[in-house]
Amino acid sequence: MASSIASPAPEGGYQFYVTEDPHHDHHGGDDEEHHHETGTMLGFWIYLMSDCLIFGILFAVYAVVGQNYAAGPSPADLFEIDKILLATFFLLFSSITYGFAVINMQQKKQNAMMFWLIITGLFGFGFLVMEVLEFEHLWHLGAGPGASAFLSAFWTLVGTHGLHVTAGSIWLVVLLVQVKMHGLTEANIRRILCLSLFWHFLDLIWIGVFSFVYLTGVLL
Amino acid sequence: MANVHAIAEAAEHVNNVHWLWGKITWDAHTFPFLYDPIIAVTFAGVIVATLALLGALTYFRLWGYLWTEWFTSIDHKKIGIMYMVLAVIMMVRGFADALLMRVHQALASAGLFELLPAYHYDQVFTVHGVIMIFFVAMPFVTGFMNYVMPLQIGARDVAFPFLNNFSFWLTVSGAVLIMISLFVGEFAATGWLAYPPLSGLEFSPGVGVDYYLWSLNIAGIGTTLSGINLVVTIVKMRAPGMTWMKMPVFVWTTLCTNVLIVATFPVLAATLALLTADRYLGTHFFTNDMGGSAMMYVNLIWIWGHPEVYILTLPVFGIFSEIVPTFCKKRLFGYTSMVYATCVIMILSYIVWLHHFFTMGAGADVNSFFGITTMIISIPTGAKLFNWLFTMYKGRISYELPMMWTVAFMLTFTIGGMTGVLLAVPPADYVLHNSLFLIAHFHNVIIGGVVFGIFAGINYWWPKAFGFKLDPFWGKVSFWNWVLGFWFAFMPLYILGLMGVTRRISAFEDTFYAVYFFVALLGALMVGAGLLAFIVQILVSILKREELKCGDDPWGGRTLEWATTSPPPYYNFAFSPRVYALDAFHHMKEHGATRPTSGFVPIHMPHYTGSGIIISGLLTAMGFGLIFHIWWLAGITFLASVVWGIAHTFNYNRDYYVPADEVRAIETAGNPAAAGAE
Repeated sequence: MASSIASPAPEGGYQFYVTEDPHHDHHGGDDEEHHHETGTMLGFWIYLMSDCLIFGILFAVYAVVGQNYAAGPSPADLFEIDKILLATFFLLFSSITYGFAVINMQQKKQNAMMFWLIITGLFGFGFLVMEVLEFEHLWHLGAGPGASAFLSAFWTLVGTHGLHVTAGSIWLVVLLVQVKMHGLTEANIRRILCLSLFWHFLDLIWIGVFSFVYLTGVLL
Repeated sequence: MANVHAIAEAAEHVNNVHWLWGKITWDAHTFPFLYDPIIAVTFAGVIVATLALLGALTYFRLWGYLWTEWFTSIDHKKIGIMYMVLAVIMMVRGFADALLMRVHQALASAGLFELLPAYHYDQVFTVHGVIMIFFVAMPFVTGFMNYVMPLQIGARDVAFPFLNNFSFWLTVSGAVLIMISLFVGEFAATGWLAYPPLSGLEFSPGVGVDYYLWSLNIAGIGTTLSGINLVVTIVKMRAPGMTWMKMPVFVWTTLCTNVLIVATFPVLAATLALLTADRYLGTHFFTNDMGGSAMMYVNLIWIWGHPEVYILTLPVFGIFSEIVPTFCKKRLFGYTSMVYATCVIMILSYIVWLHHFFTMGAGADVNSFFGITTMIISIPTGAKLFNWLFTMYKGRISYELPMMWTVAFMLTFTIGGMTGVLLAVPPADYVLHNSLFLIAHFHNVIIGGVVFGIFAGINYWWPKAFGFKLDPFWGKVSFWNWVLGFWFAFMPLYILGLMGVTRRISAFEDTFYAVYFFVALLGALMVGAGLLAFIVQILVSILKREELKCGDDPWGGRTLEWATTSPPPYYNFAFSPRVYALDAFHHMKEHGATRPTSGFVPIHMPHYTGSGIIISGLLTAMGFGLIFHIWWLAGITFLASVVWGIAHTFNYNRDYYVPADEVRAIETAGNPAAAGAE
């Protein structure tokens, strides 16, 4: 019965097994030998989407309890929007510089690529410094994460993003060492592209944080 | 420990921990077996059994073998089997808890004797639920998906073999933490979803909820990674010619399951992380004061929790969809509708979560929406049942064990589904909410659906994995005890629930209920006999393996996993199969295709690695450190795991080629198991 829905036999009849050696032709073949390049990018995308859900939950929690100030400070009392804007530009520029790095990578210019990655890392570091300063400022005002549900949600959302940027920065340093050691090999190119996705993703999340938490908080 | 007493000590326990020992107090607080005879006896038994096992492994010099051939293995088949072993071990533990509860309630309801203090009883039902869902049902279905799916799509491994090993060990890590909680400290006494504010610091100041949080946090990461891995495997690694609508139904259900895992386990991770923050960092997400909202937790946890139900059931629907055509000797009725039903269930499962708490008071309109979506989800599920029935219609049914489990499932699961639709009616739910009727309902679908499916699958694919069938006599003993035991154990709970008996109560004033609880106890004992018979079945089968030996294709299989040898060589297929039809192997057999015996080529395979088990071991220690507030331990092990993980990325020598000569030797030996890594 199954034969009734089978694809018609190709010329020369059904070939039920892939018997030709796929390694003769490096980029040919319809088998799974070259799954790594494409599989990793898809897998990393799916990971990012799952991470996006975590942020989605944190945003949702902020939306639910973000106005429960518990007689404490509100966003308008706390946020210094000009400094936040500066930090935001640090992160946005770091995305552009990462883009420059990827362009140089595609042109096989290893040193130029590393230069732009270092610049990216410096911008990321600047962003993190700004964030730590902001947290310290809030802490001294008594607006720590335990002060109200609003501040719990705020610290957790912004802090989780900050932890991601920290992890991304460590990854960046590790990658620089690995590129220095092995050059622009297939594996390293794949890793640089994954980190690129990660870095731009964090930028996107930050745009959400900036608009939804800071701008809305100050404007309302 | 009474909660009142514990609350008084809370501040001291949180703020004033010893720099070296953390919250470990070297007394009955941390080591309850010192004062509780039940735990003392269990502890002694476990210690003796563990020492015996470790001694035997050492005596037979098996450590090296286990390490090099299993623990560090990134072969999806071995990882699948390890998942199954973990699940069986944890099932024994989870069942022991269940039996303890049934014995306790039977004796207590008759006014005879209270076996357990109420607080201990609370821990037992909590740990029973957590273990059965996270460390029995999940490893079982993940084990099946790991073992079978790559074979069914004609692949040589999963997309990320190391990640697969790492995911498994993270799951083990969570299970180990839960097992430790039996003897060191306590477990949560909050119910399996740990609702705040009960699970908050104020009302649960002990380490129990922390055990719950860290074991699930760590195991949950593993599950998410495994979900990503299997989705990519299905999308990217199918054999040439296997288009979407030529995938076996089990592959479809695996795909939908893992999409659900990726789409829901992050929600669980985030929710548990927020509760963790409440307990460790003093935040106010779910507290009663400072603007927190406990109902937000209930919403969030069920946004994960309801899809989780389908994460468990979809794979077993896939298992049944493989078994029914094979044992009816005809193609599955309504393949396309089966695929669409699976996808519809996947989507609908995400928009029914509120039916777990209609009594929250969201209002009639919200409750109506979720009541209706819940009822709608029974339509695709019903379509699946009719597809199986129509496949059986005019089929040549052979009632081997897998088919027996399938029929038992169809009868049992349908009843469970119908009580589910009943509970989906909000006004009815207001009456039945939190009653034993609900307990009976979800055991009806989880045991009648998932567990029966797991046994069907084990009996079906055991010959694939080991080359011999499971002993049918002990299999039937297990089957009848399980099935009848289930009915005896849970039908009384339906009746009790209708009479208004609530869940999570350890004792009752009224002895009127006793007769029902004793019938339920009888059922639990029968289930216990069924579980025992299952273990005997495996042992007997291993002893009689020569007698039970079967060929590569013992059941007349229709899908690609039967196209290779049983057990398969470690590279699965010497030549990747090409697919032209649904039921690809059946199609091959129709055309008389045989495996090529010459022209072997080198095969690209990944190296084994110990990084998965080492990092998971470090994270287990980190979890223990965090649970007992031993900050130095948590810090050091966390750093070590990060450093090890980074070091792992410096290893670029991940894979190798199996020489064509080795492939030829294995393929022509007649017995690949002897020559391969099995």
